[in-house]
Amino acid sequence: MEIFFYAQILLHLLGGGVGFLFNPRGAHASRATHGIAVLASLAGVVFSGNILLTGHGWFHEWRGSLPVGPLSLSADPFSALFILIISLLSLAASVFAIGYVREYQGRKNIASLGLFYHAFILAMLLVVTVQNAFYFLLFWELMSLASYFLVIFEHEKQEARSAGTLYLVMTHIGTAFIGTAFWLLFMHSGSYEFQAFRESAAALPLGLKNVIFFAALIGFGTKAGVIPLHVWLPRAHPQAPSHVSALMSGVMIKMAIYGLWIFLFSFLGEGPGWWGPVVLGVAILSTFGGVLYALMENDLKKLLAFSSIENIGIVLLGIGMALVFSSADQPLYKGFALIAALYHVINHAMFKGLLFLGAGSVLSTTHTGNIENLGGLIRTMPWTAAGFLVGAVAISALPPLNGFVSEWLIFISLLLGFESAEVTFHFFSPLLAALLGLAGALVATCFVKAFGISFLGQPRSHHAAESRESGMSMLLGMGILAATCLGLALGAPWVFRILGETVETSSGGFFSMEVFVQKIFFLSPSGFEAGRFSPLIIALVITVLLLGIVLLLRLFFGKASIRTGPSWDCGMPGLAPRMQYTSTGFSQPFRRILSFLYQPTRRVELEDEGMKILRTAQRFESRITQHVDEWVYQPLIELVGRLSRKVKYIQTGHIQLYLSYIFVTLILLLLFFGGRA
Amino acid sequence: MPAIILSLFQVIFLMVLAPAVSWFIKRMKAASQNRRGPTLVQVYSDLGKLFRKDMVISETASWIFHLMPFVLFASTVAAALIVPVLGNHALLGFMGDAILFVYLFALGRFFLALAALDAGTTFGGMGSSREMTLSSLAEPAMLLAFFSLGFRSHTLSLGGMVSYFAGAEPFQVLFFTSLAFGALLIVTIAESGRIPVDNPATHLELTMIHEAMILEYSGRYLALIEWGHQIKQLVFLTLLANLFLPWGIAGSWSFPALGLALILYLAKVFFLAFVIGWIEIHLAKLRLFRVPDFLSVAFVLAILSLLGQMIVGRGV
Repeated sequence: MEIFFYAQILLHLLGGGVGFLFNPRGAHASRATHGIAVLASLAGVVFSGNILLTGHGWFHEWRGSLPVGPLSLSADPFSALFILIISLLSLAASVFAIGYVREYQGRKNIASLGLFYHAFILAMLLVVTVQNAFYFLLFWELMSLASYFLVIFEHEKQEARSAGTLYLVMTHIGTAFIGTAFWLLFMHSGSYEFQAFRESAAALPLGLKNVIFFAALIGFGTKAGVIPLHVWLPRAHPQAPSHVSALMSGVMIKMAIYGLWIFLFSFLGEGPGWWGPVVLGVAILSTFGGVLYALMENDLKKLLAFSSIENIGIVLLGIGMALVFSSADQPLYKGFALIAALYHVINHAMFKGLLFLGAGSVLSTTHTGNIENLGGLIRTMPWTAAGFLVGAVAISALPPLNGFVSEWLIFISLLLGFESAEVTFHFFSPLLAALLGLAGALVATCFVKAFGISFLGQPRSHHAAESRESGMSMLLGMGILAATCLGLALGAPWVFRILGETVETSSGGFFSMEVFVQKIFFLSPSGFEAGRFSPLIIALVITVLLLGIVLLLRLFFGKASIRTGPSWDCGMPGLAPRMQYTSTGFSQPFRRILSFLYQPTRRVELEDEGMKILRTAQRFESRITQHVDEWVYQPLIELVGRLSRKVKYIQTGHIQLYLSYIFVTLILLLLFFGGRA
Repeated sequence: MPAIILSLFQVIFLMVLAPAVSWFIKRMKAASQNRRGPTLVQVYSDLGKLFRKDMVISETASWIFHLMPFVLFASTVAAALIVPVLGNHALLGFMGDAILFVYLFALGRFFLALAALDAGTTFGGMGSSREMTLSSLAEPAMLLAFFSLGFRSHTLSLGGMVSYFAGAEPFQVLFFTSLAFGALLIVTIAESGRIPVDNPATHLELTMIHEAMILEYSGRYLALIEWGHQIKQLVFLTLLANLFLPWGIAGSWSFPALGLALILYLAKVFFLAFVIGWIEIHLAKLRLFRVPDFLSVAFVLAILSLLGQMIVGRGV
């Protein structure tokens, strides 16, 4: 079946260049490049699906002349799972792009968009398959650079350029840490190959292990957008074209999870007991910070980006619990927590992808992502609204959709802390679970706002009033992901089993899957009888009840007779759209209740010409404190600025001086190394 | 087979009983204000009348508005299906556990809040925003209370918890669950929209929460919402009764056991309804921004309950 993988890679190489054969700003370029992307993704789905179903991995290596070892690619079930996520999402995004990119036709270079789009997907595919640290970093860098160019695709906007620069800086800081982690492993094992890292894991000294742990956590954490390393994410993700935002939020940040996973569970071996709590701390901070900022956000795409931070936090909760169980030597629970984390990785990719595509669909017709200017879109674009609603229900972890399945699994992973050998976790893990519940409720509030204010009520601007439903391809792109969300919910035990096998191969633990899953039920692991749960039956029961109520009402009371009339206006006709609740208004209670966190400031300016009752102008401004920006990054930037000004003194601009610098450096080097020889 | 029929009967019994419990609280309040209050027949005939009435629906409303009453009612009944009523087994207890119980109500609330925004009025937005805010704070307290009970009873399934506490010694039950009971009682008050969190009898825009959201509803949709709300209240009371006063619950499906269980169940539920009514009579509604403090009491009680059980140890 590897032919499909080669086909995928070749198609991506081909698709990157094909746009330039046509008019780079024309419709043909878009159709050709995105059409090939669709084919490539289909090939990827077949390839990875086959590996996951049969359990037979694939491995190949090319010996080159570089002194860094062979370029080896492998797709075990764990890698295949990531290939599947990338391919599924890029399938939907590429189908969506055919319609979405039409907006850029004639004014932007679509061929170059296609080039970076293909390079981006290809780089992610290679990152999850490569088995050599040197090439891993190479492809990692390719992924970062390609996505940088996608972020600044609309480079005529100042916002996109500055977001791009910030992203470029942050991602390279991250890469530096990842590089350090790999370099330390290389120093210890003497090889760049992952196999060598795995074999020497047991012999790693503890101090070195801890250093590598932190380097990997910071490096991959930057890419994943964990708080406080998240500053670039909510700025950069929304700037890219929406189908790319879907890929960035849906899968690119999961590459960091992949990286962290292989470090924690195969390169580093057993770690000290405090790794788990450290990861859990980072996780709960990201979960909360992400959702709190998302709640206050009024820009649809930024809101989604902040919510990605929250979801990465949820995934890390699972990974953190796995570390806890790992150090307590409870492999069964460790496996359960890892499956939960992995399930959330897939789910988040699908519903976040769906929501970004929905936001893109809104953006392409209204040309605004500001929720305050939307409203009433459900009438003009019913299918987009339905797709967005599916995504919103899923991300709010409501039954019967897939978000609830993984949320439930994470809940149980945390509650398995009751069985932990560490007594402190009897108390802290249910507390974490309750905090996860709080975060879940806040997400629901956030998405009631996002969907309710944008799609329901009356249009708040003429952009919203004149919106039209998006074309077939965009709806199809969303439809693919909505169907996947439903499938991931109804087929949960089946997905769970497959994930169980991938976890076994990637984390070295073996456990009997029958403990967890029997037919259509989830059972708890032994010990704490956590409860049972069957997504399929929940979906069935809710459907039967819905239909039953409709039928019974018909039977007993006949067909409903409905008259329409204006909404209740308190007897004073003339309800205007501006009288509706705004997005800012909707989240106001939280701004007030949690004012110790948000530290909101507001400014009201009133202008009147001498007479207090006749106001000519009003200005209202309300903002919340972005703590990490103001407390960490601003001082840091100032520090760098101050240091740079100090260094400026040696930059005089005289060429003689520079030559003498070089001369002095040369002498010093000669002295240093000459003395050694 | 008889077990299935009896469990099904449990749920229908719950649905039929729900308006009577609301009537009981209304009647209590009326008595305290020197009014007569509605008769028992009145609450049922009100529902019946609403079901038969024509509906007037806002021109702005979309299909979300039409979908919501059904989702709200279905999710509430689904939650009722996993709660043990007379015996310690629920009809669909295998469908899910306490977490599902919490999230089924979250599903109904999600659509309720959306439908409130659908008509495009200020009232709807106001109710929607307030409801989501307060329930976000009630939900973690409810989850934590369940977790602390789960720690003791080694299970998260509601039926399992009830049978554990029914089998435990009375002193133990009181000792280990009283704090969690306090937490869940506060949550029940919040979830059923009672004073001091919300006032079910007001239509004053400054104070209403639940009523603001359903202002645009009429006819059979309103009937579904009202009835669903009454069922939700009874489901919470049932859960409180069976978790914290588990004695007398039917261990087997024999008629004498069931008969006794039925009488005790009614006594317990109406006692709890009396408690809720008593609180409603004696307290004033809290200002909106004081409610989070009230709800955080529930959260703290749940934490204390968990801590207490930690200190005593797990036991068997």
